[in-house]
Amino acid sequence: MAKKFLLDKIDVPGINTFEVYKANGGYASVEKALKEMAPADVIEEVKKSGLRGRGGAGFPTGMKWSFLDKKSGRPKYLVCNADESEPGTFKDRFLMERIPHMLIEGMIISSFALEANLSFIYIRGEFRWIIKILEQAIAEAKQAGFLGQNILGKGYNLEIVVHPGAGAYICGEETALLESLEGKRGLPRIKPPFPAVFGLYGMPTVVNNVESIATVPCIIQMGGEEYAKTGTPKSTGTKLISSCGNINKPGVYEIEFGLTVEEFIFSDEYCGGIANGKKMKAVVAGGSSVPILPSELILKTAAGEKRLMSYESMSDGGFITGTMLGSGGFIVYDEDQCIVRNTWNFTRFYHHESCGQCSPCREGTGWMERILHKLEFGHGQLSDIDLLWDVQRKIEGNTICPLGDAAAWPVASAIRHFKDEFEWHVLNPEECQKRNYGIKEEVLSQKRGRY
Amino acid sequence: MLSIKTGQKQEFSSQALQHANEIIGRYPEGKQKSAILPILHLAQDEFGNWLSAEVMDYVAGLLKIQPIEVYEVATFYSMYNLKPVGRFLLEICHTGPCEIRGAEKLIDTLKNKLGIEVGETTADGLFTLKRVECLAACGYAPMLQCGEHFHEFLDSEEKVDRLLEELRNRAAANN
Repeated sequence: MAKKFLLDKIDVPGINTFEVYKANGGYASVEKALKEMAPADVIEEVKKSGLRGRGGAGFPTGMKWSFLDKKSGRPKYLVCNADESEPGTFKDRFLMERIPHMLIEGMIISSFALEANLSFIYIRGEFRWIIKILEQAIAEAKQAGFLGQNILGKGYNLEIVVHPGAGAYICGEETALLESLEGKRGLPRIKPPFPAVFGLYGMPTVVNNVESIATVPCIIQMGGEEYAKTGTPKSTGTKLISSCGNINKPGVYEIEFGLTVEEFIFSDEYCGGIANGKKMKAVVAGGSSVPILPSELILKTAAGEKRLMSYESMSDGGFITGTMLGSGGFIVYDEDQCIVRNTWNFTRFYHHESCGQCSPCREGTGWMERILHKLEFGHGQLSDIDLLWDVQRKIEGNTICPLGDAAAWPVASAIRHFKDEFEWHVLNPEECQKRNYGIKEEVLSQKRGRY
Repeated sequence: MLSIKTGQKQEFSSQALQHANEIIGRYPEGKQKSAILPILHLAQDEFGNWLSAEVMDYVAGLLKIQPIEVYEVATFYSMYNLKPVGRFLLEICHTGPCEIRGAEKLIDTLKNKLGIEVGETTADGLFTLKRVECLAACGYAPMLQCGEHFHEFLDSEEKVDRLLEELRNRAAANN
């Protein structure tokens, strides 16, 4: 049976409540951290664990924490990034809905480690019911003396604020999130300075994903070295994977790093294989922004070995034959899916969500969307494919934040691996037009729809 | 597009004002502008699910900031409605995973059943249709959001019929 650190008690009735969570070992890690450890000890344990940020970038969490400027004496902030908006990704929502106290416990320990007295959970505004769940959990924790003034009599004070966003994917980028939290448009900042030095209100700040923070109690409970024994040397522990698309069992799964991709997709314990007896055509392994891979490349690395669910195995071969684990948003496509249509759909998403600050992103995503629209609906020329390649190259690496890369990579990988499908659209315009099952100009003309 | 002026002065009820002040109090001294997103959500709930120019001016006054600071925020985020909508705003996710699980068919079904196009409101003022980008329900597609509820696995006409009936009944019960 695979190890589970986050979801091992998910089926315990009432685990969303304080009483049941505590009766099942909850908040023991807060007691351990505050009573037996100094903030530096907590950071050291997280470093030993090898925990990599679960939001997508995979940067080591303990190292990120150690960058925080603590010497200046200025207020320090922890901000939990719960602005889950990456297409294919719905794991944080599951965690917050089902076991909210795990996040709150992680927030308390992480804030203590960073010596923050005010912390924020920036949650996407659409999750209105989850906002209520978290506020309830915070109230329960406070009532029990785990939040507020002089927590557990140890002289440590902490308040947690749940802050709703209002519908902007870009606010998942940490500096855009901070701008938004300050009450402004979510426009990413130029880095450096990084948030560890100049973050919320210009103060030292750490921004961590929900899953990263929720993992901290487990690390404190079992010890960093013990945690690191699970998984692979470069991808320690477990990871939540949200899987969707043409599979039999969409949902959120906790996997041990090192599981083979093949087992994840085809075994009954996880995705249960491709729906309706179809063949698998392609997979997006880490949310819409990572390169799409055809079936044969997602199952095997460039060296011909079985590809594993881990940061390093997913990126084997770079972007020529590999991809990224990203946020763990796993989208599986069957043989009937159109890669051009899917690429157009994702590009439309990035065009809609571009904050407009950088010209290559603002103009380039729209340009790509229009070319892909032409191709998908049977109005394209072969030269459009070259132009599309050229435009995505001019976006990648030329923007303030990674949204430009996120928009370029799906296009580049789709052309790289499925160029024949793009050419088919040019050579068979009438077939393309027949396949149009009702998507009309309303979609293309919808930019920032306001009703 | 800037919002519509109605010529009507707007103010929170005493209960909503109390809630607004509690929200403002969550943020550090001097950083009350941080409360703008939650206050605009509260305002939208209070004033018929959309933000008129007068409502935004009122919010600016509450936060002691310039109206332009509210306008620039309200026009950036997609959850704020800058013109009136129906009683039930049906927001259908049409991004990748939802599309391959039937989002476009769901949109077509709703258009046919309600007799409106995307962006329009039914004559009785009950329903407005809106396309939205990813709502983090990819494994439970096709889906739509209505208020604070996610309605998922809407893969048949029967399910759509049941949902619309439920909403109509709710509206009738509240009239």
